[in-house]
Amino acid sequence: MTTVAPGAVWRTLVGQHHVADTLARAAAGQGMTHAWLFTGPPGSGRSNAALAFAAALQCPQGGCGECHACHTALAGTHPDVSVTRSETSMLYIKDMRELVVRSALVPVEKRWQVMLIEDADRLGDAGGRTANTLLKSIEEPTPKTVWLLCAPTLEDVPQTIRSRCRHVALSTPTAEQVAAFLVEKDGTAPPLAAFAARASQGHIGRARALARDEATRNRRREVVALPGRLTSLGACMNAAANLIDIAKDETEAITDAANARELAELDATYGDDRKAKASRTYRAALRELTHSQKQRQKRREMDVIDRSLMDLTSVYRDVIAVQAGAPGALVNEESRTDVADLARRTSPESNLRRIDAIFFARNQMSEFNATPLLTLEAMMIALRV
Amino acid sequence: MWQADRTMANPKASDILGHVLLVTGPEEFLNQRTVSSALAAVRAADPESEQSETMAASLTIAALGDLAAPSLFSSIRCVVVRELEDLPDESVDGLVEYAAAPSDEVGLVLVHSGGQKGTGVLNKLRKLPLVTEVKSATLKPSEFGRFVAGEVRSHGGRIDDEASALLVQAVGQDLRALAGAAHQLTSDFPDEPISESVVKRYFAGRAEVKSFAVADAALYGRTAAALEELRWALDSGTATVLVTSAFANGLRGLARFMAAPRGMREADLAREAGVPPWKIRVLREQSRGWDDRGVAEAITAVAQADADVKGASSDAAYALERMVLRVAGARSGR
Ligand SMILES: [Zn+2]
Repeated sequence: MTTVAPGAVWRTLVGQHHVADTLARAAAGQGMTHAWLFTGPPGSGRSNAALAFAAALQCPQGGCGECHACHTALAGTHPDVSVTRSETSMLYIKDMRELVVRSALVPVEKRWQVMLIEDADRLGDAGGRTANTLLKSIEEPTPKTVWLLCAPTLEDVPQTIRSRCRHVALSTPTAEQVAAFLVEKDGTAPPLAAFAARASQGHIGRARALARDEATRNRRREVVALPGRLTSLGACMNAAANLIDIAKDETEAITDAANARELAELDATYGDDRKAKASRTYRAALRELTHSQKQRQKRREMDVIDRSLMDLTSVYRDVIAVQAGAPGALVNEESRTDVADLARRTSPESNLRRIDAIFFARNQMSEFNATPLLTLEAMMIALRV
Repeated sequence: MWQADRTMANPKASDILGHVLLVTGPEEFLNQRTVSSALAAVRAADPESEQSETMAASLTIAALGDLAAPSLFSSIRCVVVRELEDLPDESVDGLVEYAAAPSDEVGLVLVHSGGQKGTGVLNKLRKLPLVTEVKSATLKPSEFGRFVAGEVRSHGGRIDDEASALLVQAVGQDLRALAGAAHQLTSDFPDEPISESVVKRYFAGRAEVKSFAVADAALYGRTAAALEELRWALDSGTATVLVTSAFANGLRGLARFMAAPRGMREADLAREAGVPPWKIRVLREQSRGWDDRGVAEAITAVAQADADVKGASSDAAYALERMVLRVAGARSGR
């Protein structure tokens, strides 16, 4: 087995050396296959890894990070790299049919036709028809087609599909790896990088946002302050409402700019012509845009709520660590006084139950689309001290 | 054995005047209808006729004398005596004596509210030839459909069995409400036989109202009523999530109301609870049966049901029934 010198495209992967090795070798022709499944917890960089792999496949030097192929592949503009990102909670069969048709096309640049699906966990429609559409193409691929699927865990992808994919498992990077990445890549001051890395619990995108944005840090501080206040029914109800408000604020901060930009782009295609803007096609396009923006907003909001729940979990894990007398830094080191106070007022068993309640609420929302406010109210009640 | 009519269809003035009409039985709505149609018959025959009402408790011997005495103006009179069970003992003989030979110009309507009290006077009256008894009975569940059909017919309309059954489900087994709905339907849809689809059209848009009725009944601890409302809501196609969201809203308001500091002004209280001001009175009443622990338990049950109806459980109707039982059971004044 020859060693492949890792190209620059792999450098954006934080703490995934074994993954980079495997993929670099595959791009060089060792162990290449037509279907790959990238799994890893949110923020571990599974879609980044898939994208880097796409670049490496298109790059004549196996991912130099400098050439036109690398640049366009990483930017999502390469003609032979299709990136599908579902902004709704479901990938639709009609979109999947389009993808399958595209996957059979001969690549423009004569290398690979790369089909990247960022949310393969959203393939599971009721009858599995979306998954079946994809399955046929994976089973009988055209010689130049590569499917790169991403999902949090193997179990999130239908068995029929995952059994035909080569599995690439990303692990959660350590706080040190994330902090080092922030310092090197963004020039973050080391103490702030250390805080952001700890607080993000290995979620690189989250760590970056915490390091860059004070409002994000403030919102997180509000969330981690909640557990100690849950002393009455009224407080629980308020906490649930607060969590939703915080998620709304954060979502707006993320999506407002994008919404405005998309609207401006749409307007630009119709120019200043009043008549064109009064036309049925413009109004239909506007309606579709508004609709998809709302869907995106909703999904982002759920993502933010989910992250807040992980922040809450980190508090209880810290409390249990203090109760067990574990040495070392807490995730919420800066709230040590509050954590210690909670540790005195609760038992470790009750805190394990609280963590269970949080995971139960996450599951009710992600699996069954349960109403966020109501689910969080019930959860806060279960967290009451 | 004495066989009383259940209702008196289209009485004539001659059935009333010079007679005594004894109205008995537990169904207050039917009793009242008998009284009204008797009065209407006399009024139709003589628009100048007098009508008066009195409670049996105030029917003294002197008052009975007035009843029998020819009127100063010798006009036709109808007298309705209510709550016959409260007739003073000393007046029983006088009343029976009058009823044995009622005045030709007087229509006496005696209303007994049901129950054992006053059966002595009833039995005496029943033996008299000029006393007619109309005795209402509680309808059996199977009879409500026929009642509705009769109501619709009386307004000149037609309704099929499926539609009347659906209407009973929709409105519940309340005769006054059923009669009202039958009247409304025949006037809203005058030119077509009333079918299931007409009834559904009529009740469309009430889904939300219905789900709030389920939640309200449960929060008041009226389990049976809540289950019944729930069944109708689901049968009439109410989305299951509307039911859980009505419960969530109701409990949220209750929790916030209960958590609000004491001595708050109503307007502030309404803002705190997130409800319109008129709802505060309802919340105050509802909150009497609840404590924090119960509300917490109820919210947990509703959150579970919310996920259940969205797929966590295969039987949404059962999930909602269980939720209703859990919520009503979480009330402290059980
Ligand atoms: Zn390159």
